[in-house]
Amino acid sequence: MKFRNLAVAAVTTAGLAGMVAAEVAIAADEIFLPGLVYRTGAYAPNGIPFANGFKDYVTLINERDGGVNGVKLVYEECETGYNTKVGVECYEKLKSKNPVVIIPNSTGITYQLIPKTAADGIPLLTMGYGRTSAAVGSVFPWVFNFPATYWSQATAVVSFIGDKEGGMDALKGKKIAHIYHNSAYGKEANPTLEALSEKYGFELTLLAVDHPGQEQKATWLQIRRLKPDWIFMSGWGVMNQVAIKEAAAQGYPMDRFIGNWWSGSENDVLPSAEGANGYISATFHTPGGGTKLHADIQKHVYDAGLGAGDADRTGEVLYIRGLFNHIMVVEAIRKAQDHFGVKVPNGEQMRWALENTNMAQADWERIGLAGFPDMKVSCNDHEGGHPVLFQQWDAMKNEWNVISDWIPVMTDLVRPMMEADAKKFAEENNVTPVAC
Amino acid sequence: MMDFIDLVVFGPILDMAEYPAFFLEVVFGGLMSGVMYSLVALGFVLIFKASGVFNFAQGVFALFAALTLVGLMTGTVPFSLDKALPELPAWVAIVLTLLVMVLLAIAVERIMLRPLVNQDQIIMFMSTIGLAFVLEGLGDTIWGSEVKALDVGIPTGFFMLGEIQIQVFDLVAAAVATILVVVLALFFQWTRTGRALRAVADDHQAALSVGIPLKNIWIIVWSVAGLVALVAGIMWGSKSGVQFSLSLIALKALPVLILGGFTSVPGAIVGGLIIGVGEKVAEVYWGPLVNGAIENWFAYVVALVFLLFRPQGLFGEKIIERV
Repeated sequence: MKFRNLAVAAVTTAGLAGMVAAEVAIAADEIFLPGLVYRTGAYAPNGIPFANGFKDYVTLINERDGGVNGVKLVYEECETGYNTKVGVECYEKLKSKNPVVIIPNSTGITYQLIPKTAADGIPLLTMGYGRTSAAVGSVFPWVFNFPATYWSQATAVVSFIGDKEGGMDALKGKKIAHIYHNSAYGKEANPTLEALSEKYGFELTLLAVDHPGQEQKATWLQIRRLKPDWIFMSGWGVMNQVAIKEAAAQGYPMDRFIGNWWSGSENDVLPSAEGANGYISATFHTPGGGTKLHADIQKHVYDAGLGAGDADRTGEVLYIRGLFNHIMVVEAIRKAQDHFGVKVPNGEQMRWALENTNMAQADWERIGLAGFPDMKVSCNDHEGGHPVLFQQWDAMKNEWNVISDWIPVMTDLVRPMMEADAKKFAEENNVTPVAC
Repeated sequence: MMDFIDLVVFGPILDMAEYPAFFLEVVFGGLMSGVMYSLVALGFVLIFKASGVFNFAQGVFALFAALTLVGLMTGTVPFSLDKALPELPAWVAIVLTLLVMVLLAIAVERIMLRPLVNQDQIIMFMSTIGLAFVLEGLGDTIWGSEVKALDVGIPTGFFMLGEIQIQVFDLVAAAVATILVVVLALFFQWTRTGRALRAVADDHQAALSVGIPLKNIWIIVWSVAGLVALVAGIMWGSKSGVQFSLSLIALKALPVLILGGFTSVPGAIVGGLIIGVGEKVAEVYWGPLVNGAIENWFAYVVALVFLLFRPQGLFGEKIIERV
């Protein structure tokens, strides 16, 4: 028995030692990037390509360029399982390593980290998710949600629908249903859609789907009865796949079914096979591989055997979104290094750099993503008002095709709403807005 | 007050009366969803009936079976995720998956159940929680986490019956569930093994003392639960793609079990149908009054109301304890 106890103790100790050894050590002349990712759990199918994009871009910068201005990036993942509590634990565990930015990868985790990162002086980057009113930089100086928010996206969706109907005036009397994940994330677009419904006279129906969304028959029965002219969906994970299948099964026209940018990945459409043909979604970047950046990733990452996933999946929507996140981080690091003359920028220097993001065509060409639109962030506008693109699924070729120009968002409508919400937040939380 | 009653009571009822065809479609849709819930609940009932164990891992069983099936159909090499093996026809893959589920049942009996004979039910229950996590991790390691399309040839599409839209997939699910229930009912009522299963469920020690081989019985019942999990995994996986959220379908079975009773196969079916219809009618007619998304918790409300009057469920065995 004593031997058995000793063996158990030895194995446990070895395991713990291994866990400690697995943690990444950071040298003083290296830049630390944490990855709050979810490669396990119910939402793993979406989390994995995202995480692979994160990791591969870091590998590319280190392998091709020898780091950012010669300073190596050190990347360490922490598995959140898309669980808010675990995500906060990951943050607490990694913040002592002086991360230059935190990308929470979840709206729930974002809400928890907004006060924490502000107190710790670490910028929080939430591209296309999180708290919309955090776009008001004077109240949320440490949070950045460029290139666009849920509210701005909703205005672009309505503009797109208006365009298809023959003009915004033609929206009067039309029926639009919003099927949304019954969570803080899913509800984000509702106030904007209500304001747009009032402005343009379309009839808006809000239909909530509970987590995880495996069963949606009641929702689609209501769609059968309502017969909406258009459906807009803010879903995530299995909710998207089931919704697209249900729509196909009841013969709803796919080219009138629009997902938001978290409801428009390959994972969402492939299970429906031909049934998903024609499904549309919003996006804030172009889909597909074949760019100069992809060629570089193939050469320096995958051909060198350093890829995080499959080389043939680097053209997928969520992988590109993972890349896009770290592209913006690397650009901010570069800007901070140049401006402050430092090798490893601190939180405040990174905050300044993110606040002065100004991406023009020359920058996108240098990165290898020619055609991305210009993006300018400022002290009080952390969203940047990036336009939105629409893509359509071709089930025969298994690819997304761009079907619109970059559609501008209605800043005049959403900005006052953001400012009102930020003001309310500031009052409730005793936040003194900074001067911008 | 009258306005409130009008809104909450008369409004929805008048709506049903005004559009009877749509009401029938909602009820039919609810019945079909109920069939899908029953498929999951059946697995729980089988194991509880035969071993007194509430198998927390039943949802993960369905996931594991579906993952294995897709892996075999697509020629995926276990642990490597390369698609280098020959792709198997659906029926061959189903038979092989069933064999895998039998092997799993043998492993569960050897590693988990045998050392726990005569332990408290709570200990058995806790062990199934552990089993759920192990199986989920194993499934991830062997077959990967991506969403996988599953097509075993179940027809989709719809046809109109008057004004009511009937989905072909739902009819197939109902037919499959009916066949499964009939076979299981016959097995439990009319075979020696079925009677032995019920004896084991009543008292492990007593069953052993009259010569019933406990380990064989447990392997059989966990294998049958594996079969039911495979059927549930196929039906649910065909709807949503095979992915890890499939294990959460177990949550849909809980109110069905509360309502139908943990030991009754017909209870699982009738319970599923009642829950299915109840939650759909509630969501469609009363949901909009409270911004929707009430069906998940409403199912538990229905189940809890039943608990007040019949703690053993609709068809469960009445618990009589003599002191």
